[in-house]
Amino acid sequence: MVQSNRITIAALLASSFLTLPVSALAQDKILRIGMTAADIPRTLGQPDQGFEGNRFTGITIYDSLTEWDLSKEEEASVVIPGLATSWEVNPEDTTKWTFTLRDDVTFHDGSPFNAEAVVWNVQKVLDEAAPHFDASQVGVTASRMPTLRSARVIDEFTVELTTAVPDSFLPINLTNLFMASPTHWQAKFDETGDAESAWAAFAADPSGSGPFRVTSFAPRERLEMVPNENYWNPARTSSLDGLVLVPLPEANARTAALLSGQVDWIEAPSPDAIAQIEARGFTIYSNPQPHVWPWQLSFAEGSPWLDQRVRHAANVCFDREELSILLGGFMGAPKGSYEPGHPWFGNPSFDIRYDLDEAQRLMSEAGFSDSNRLRVKVQTSASGSGQMQPIPMNEYLQQSLRDCYFDVELDVIEWNTVFTNWRRGATDESANGAHAINVSFSTMDPFFGMVRFTSTGTFPPVSNNWGYFGNDEFDALIAAARTAFDAEERDEALATLHTRIVEEAPFVWVAHDTGPRAMSPRVTGVVQPKSWFIDIAPMGME
Amino acid sequence: MLGYTLRRIIYTAPVLLGVSVVCFALVHISPGDPLISILPADASVELQERLLVLYGFDRSYIEQFFLWLGRALQGDLGTSIATGRPVTAEVMRAVGNTLMLASVATVIGFVLGCFFGFVAGYFSNSPLDKAASAAAVFGVSVPHYWLGMVLVIIFSAQLGWLPAAGAGPGGSSQWKFDAEHLSYMILPALTMSVIPMGIIARTVRALVAEILAQEFVIGLRARGLSEFGVFLHVVKNAAPTALAVMGVQLGYLLGGSILIETVFSWPGTGMLLNSAIFQRDLPLLQGTILVLAMFFVVLNLIVDVMQSALDPRIKR
Repeated sequence: MVQSNRITIAALLASSFLTLPVSALAQDKILRIGMTAADIPRTLGQPDQGFEGNRFTGITIYDSLTEWDLSKEEEASVVIPGLATSWEVNPEDTTKWTFTLRDDVTFHDGSPFNAEAVVWNVQKVLDEAAPHFDASQVGVTASRMPTLRSARVIDEFTVELTTAVPDSFLPINLTNLFMASPTHWQAKFDETGDAESAWAAFAADPSGSGPFRVTSFAPRERLEMVPNENYWNPARTSSLDGLVLVPLPEANARTAALLSGQVDWIEAPSPDAIAQIEARGFTIYSNPQPHVWPWQLSFAEGSPWLDQRVRHAANVCFDREELSILLGGFMGAPKGSYEPGHPWFGNPSFDIRYDLDEAQRLMSEAGFSDSNRLRVKVQTSASGSGQMQPIPMNEYLQQSLRDCYFDVELDVIEWNTVFTNWRRGATDESANGAHAINVSFSTMDPFFGMVRFTSTGTFPPVSNNWGYFGNDEFDALIAAARTAFDAEERDEALATLHTRIVEEAPFVWVAHDTGPRAMSPRVTGVVQPKSWFIDIAPMGME
Repeated sequence: MLGYTLRRIIYTAPVLLGVSVVCFALVHISPGDPLISILPADASVELQERLLVLYGFDRSYIEQFFLWLGRALQGDLGTSIATGRPVTAEVMRAVGNTLMLASVATVIGFVLGCFFGFVAGYFSNSPLDKAASAAAVFGVSVPHYWLGMVLVIIFSAQLGWLPAAGAGPGGSSQWKFDAEHLSYMILPALTMSVIPMGIIARTVRALVAEILAQEFVIGLRARGLSEFGVFLHVVKNAAPTALAVMGVQLGYLLGGSILIETVFSWPGTGMLLNSAIFQRDLPLLQGTILVLAMFFVVLNLIVDVMQSALDPRIKR
């Protein structure tokens, strides 16, 4: 009996001892996030790892001249003033923009934010002659603001930006240029003696002006931050004790880390685990994102998609609600690349829906039947960023489209190879005879969401118009949008462009990702906007 | 002995050169853009070309190889394209973490493997042999990432006794050998140990059964040597082969199990390789493979030398 009691006490002590670190940590107001990334996104100002990078080490540590409004759950996320309070294009020369800056902002190191800091941050990615130019930041930045060329100080809080061509998308593009502290970088440069080492040192001890500042950085393991008490925007001054980012690339590991209390929030929980997560009292947040999971169709000579009736038939031949069930309900059913209510949606006459009879009628009209079936080949990947669950989703389409006389052949190849092929076009050998390619994309920016898929100027290898879709009408619509400098006029022009895109259907629009994330009930003040981003700063912990 | 050791060291030089050529070639012939981690698919052609020049990928493969080899010989494996951090530091940090995990896993695997192997060998064809052999077959056959997930579900998600992921509450840079930190190592080390445990058990079982059937054992027993004395002789005869197997297993584990380190988010070489592959980070990939291959070669060298010390016939 005595022996048995000893064993019981020992077991209890051991279990309470082993559980201690997990439960002890959970008492602080430290928000711990399990990301899907395999590494901490770069911290030196221009994050890598796609928009997950911007979400966690971009808008947390840094600010940009313009920002996304992430405060609303129901409405589309739009661009609002950030470090710039206002901006206007020069009516005499529409390649020049004047941005008026906030005068009450300091970087985490205490140095002031001003027009010189803006010029310095433009130079870091665009001016190869600048001492602080960093090639490693160019790729992720320059491609997201393709027309910006230079910046010039007008006065302490006014800066002039110049674009290569008139481009009304510039204020949207500038959400991707994060302002790092020139003074702090110079201090690192003085310590290390060369620019590459200075940037490496800066990344380990960064200084931006955002709502959180970095306190500790362990590459590939964790990034620790605390709120910036001197943040210029009281609505985004955090009440947390700290913020910890942990890379957990494996979905089951993320789920286990959440369920065991090691983290308070995980990105993209495994769909199979959602019921268990909810049953344990965690909350799942999701909202359709500006993301499209499509088949991008080929308009090359001989493509079966050259007939608009076939394109429309494929778009109305499958039941997106059924597909959503396959994905555990975490999918938005698209009405186009943008959704009704978005300022760029427009008023398309073609309604993307499920209507099998209509699909069969269109295919019959186009000359196809059960005995004369249409063979199409689609190139896709087995996995990949933003690809959701490509194999089951494509197999679902393959089966559904059989009812509309399509015989779909899937050409499944490795993700990075598909991604590279995307730039090579439907007529390239790499397409392997495919009539469509399945690469998901972001639509936050009108260039990425529409222009690159519909302009004759973006045919491969220039950009991602894989299917060679475009004509004079679309080029004129794009030019009209690019030169509409009044925000309302620009949105109207983009809505007209989107209307025509939906009507012409160069895609089979299949799904929008909803960005599911699971959080502990202790996390409060969560607003999941219709965006790739989420604002952590206003969140609290009970 | 010294001559043998020197000869073995000299033999490793062409092996390492071959490894560096193969590793460079494999990384470069794989499809995909070397700048994919820092260059989105929609980047302009001008930008792509500019960065290819800035990173030196516009040069011929031969030129790139010798530049890389020249720097590698000076201990500089270049800079990671994706992170901008020096590859040497990244790899050495990961190697340290994997070495720690692999050593613990190997010790567990070796001790359990030897135990099961000796039990099975000594009690050949008995129920004890069958039970120990079953444990060994389980170790060899079970998919270890599956075992890892099951252990995580039971001990982390359900019971909440052990952490599910990571290398300590503050990361591996703040690692300490205390109970709190060791609790992070229990599940990955146990999962990692099952394969060496199974392989060593099967090897030792066969060795012990074979040694016990040899005439010198009958002779030892006939001379009245105690059973423990006989056991020591069996151990001494089985040790060189068991050590060789253990060395090879440690080499494999040092390569870092990509699956186990990913399941447990253990920041070792497996996770580093996984990340480098998915990001097409060529300098990191080349550097990691080269360092791991070097470890494997060095480890084999050490095992060869140890084997020859234990059994001088090997030197001949």
